[in-house]
Amino acid sequence: MARNVLSGAVRLALLLLAVSFVTFTLVAVSPVDPVQVNVGQVAYLTMGSARRAALHELWGTDEPLLARYGSWLAGALRGDLGTSLRFNAPVAQVLGERLAASALLLVASWMLSGALGFTLGAVAAVRRASIADRAVCALCYVLSATPAFWLALLALMVFSVELGWFPIGFAAPVGVGPEDVSWALRLHHLALPALILSLTGIAPVALHTRDKAIEVLESPYARFARARGESERRIVLCHGLRNVAAPALMLQFASVGEVVGASVLVEQVFSYPGLGQAAVAAGLGGDAPLLVGIALLTTALVFAGNALADILHGAVDPRAKGADVRAAR
Amino acid sequence: MPRADLPAAEGSLHVLPADTRRFCAPRARLLAFCAAIAVVMVSGAVLYDSAISTDFAAAYLAPCWEHPFGTDWMGRDMLARTVSGLAVSLAVALVAAAATSVVALLLALVAALGGSWADAAVAWLTDLVLGIPHIILLILISYALGRGAAGVLVGLALTHWPALSRVLRAELVELRSRPYMACSRALGVSRLSLALRHGLPAILPQYLVGLVLLLPHAVLHEASITFLGFGLSPEQPAIGVILSEAMGYLSSGSWWLAVFPGLALLAAVLAFERAAASLRALVLPAEVRR
Repeated sequence: MARNVLSGAVRLALLLLAVSFVTFTLVAVSPVDPVQVNVGQVAYLTMGSARRAALHELWGTDEPLLARYGSWLAGALRGDLGTSLRFNAPVAQVLGERLAASALLLVASWMLSGALGFTLGAVAAVRRASIADRAVCALCYVLSATPAFWLALLALMVFSVELGWFPIGFAAPVGVGPEDVSWALRLHHLALPALILSLTGIAPVALHTRDKAIEVLESPYARFARARGESERRIVLCHGLRNVAAPALMLQFASVGEVVGASVLVEQVFSYPGLGQAAVAAGLGGDAPLLVGIALLTTALVFAGNALADILHGAVDPRAKGADVRAAR
Repeated sequence: MPRADLPAAEGSLHVLPADTRRFCAPRARLLAFCAAIAVVMVSGAVLYDSAISTDFAAAYLAPCWEHPFGTDWMGRDMLARTVSGLAVSLAVALVAAAATSVVALLLALVAALGGSWADAAVAWLTDLVLGIPHIILLILISYALGRGAAGVLVGLALTHWPALSRVLRAELVELRSRPYMACSRALGVSRLSLALRHGLPAILPQYLVGLVLLLPHAVLHEASITFLGFGLSPEQPAIGVILSEAMGYLSSGSWWLAVFPGLALLAAVLAFERAAASLRALVLPAEVRR
């Protein structure tokens, strides 16, 4: 166990090091000039060359790439990820605030998509070739081909603008301080984005669960259980679910990356002030330090999801214990 | 669906009617699919001028006989904009998918036939690309290239290869253990010519299916990244641009600005997926029957 944790930590450290270098290089070679973007066109044109040089020095755009990466890395190891140009605050602080806002949305939609997908897949498998099965397959098929941001747009149009059931975007009403926002209000703002985000993640887990469940229901032990006179319900609940749950759980944990990716689009449409929206703002606003920070944080999230998938797989499926799960995949 | 009441035709020389149907239907579907792409491309080019021509007297029109998809706030015809946008998006996706499939092919060849060191290096590269959420990586690459069409194309080409590369590598590794490969190696055939003479032809079907399977992802990601403002320039009538413009008119009740372009995108993605399934049935019949 200790060895696993250690090797996981080493792998994460190496991955983050590589990602930080790649992202740093990418933002460094960019022709986007952070000074020009953040100061604004008019100010940039009217300011003197001395002032411009001073700003360049302040934001460190003149040094060679490796020197800048070295000093950034030295700072990052002490917990200093630089200063966000866009939000005028330490990157670590911006990341913390944005992650806190996104966390609820991500966790809620991730759990909802897992539960919905698993249920739909199981129902489709039990009622195989029925109308319900076909409906589930068609739904998954269409959902997996639907752009997340378009779904969010339609939902906003129908449920917020036409029907008025949900607020139009943001995490809280405009003009209300963060300390005055009640939990009910917060959940009301969260509901529609979370629902849309969860819909985008249903298809893989539902189809996977359906395949696995059909496999189980056609297995010799399910046939034997039927021959023993066990009811179909008992076979599904006692033999089917546990065997299907392990791969579904693993898949769901391994899909953290997709949820984070889709959240960028959904947060942008709903103007939800989370991590994904910050990524777009940083990219459009030439905020290189924040962009690197977001890449690192989301990479760590994906890694955590995959690591949890491995651990849970061992816990739910005793056969996988001892065997190298990563090699088997 | 395979018919359970007919005996499997494996090993027999005569072809059952069901098999003929299974062979012909995918071919017809693929032809129809190619024709549909050609139609969209040609009409996109023909309609390009009317997609960007403005007529402020006819702004904000709901769908009607002259403008089946309505018009936007500048009086531009949404049908023309949707078709041109789809053509632009399809062209970007086709080029990007072709480029990324070549990357996947090269990396698979290097990984499978280049020795254990090369294999480990490619595996590490794959983990790195898959480790960063897709959209974030696309934003980064687009940012590195100063946004625009080049940013999207390079971004898609550099991020979509892992899935196909893994499939091709697995095929090649399996191939490596075949007797004829061992025989060629024993005869002193070089690694390069092994890869080109025996490797490439053997994985061609998987490569083709994988290439078509990349298309739906490429279209969706191009539209997404353009929607966020990192892709094609706002002057171009791309689906992502149209939908991001439509977002500004959400509360005005102009539903047609978002609904039809999105439906067109959805239809394109579904068509690509069907085409991939048809192609698989055509070039990998054994795998489909399983």
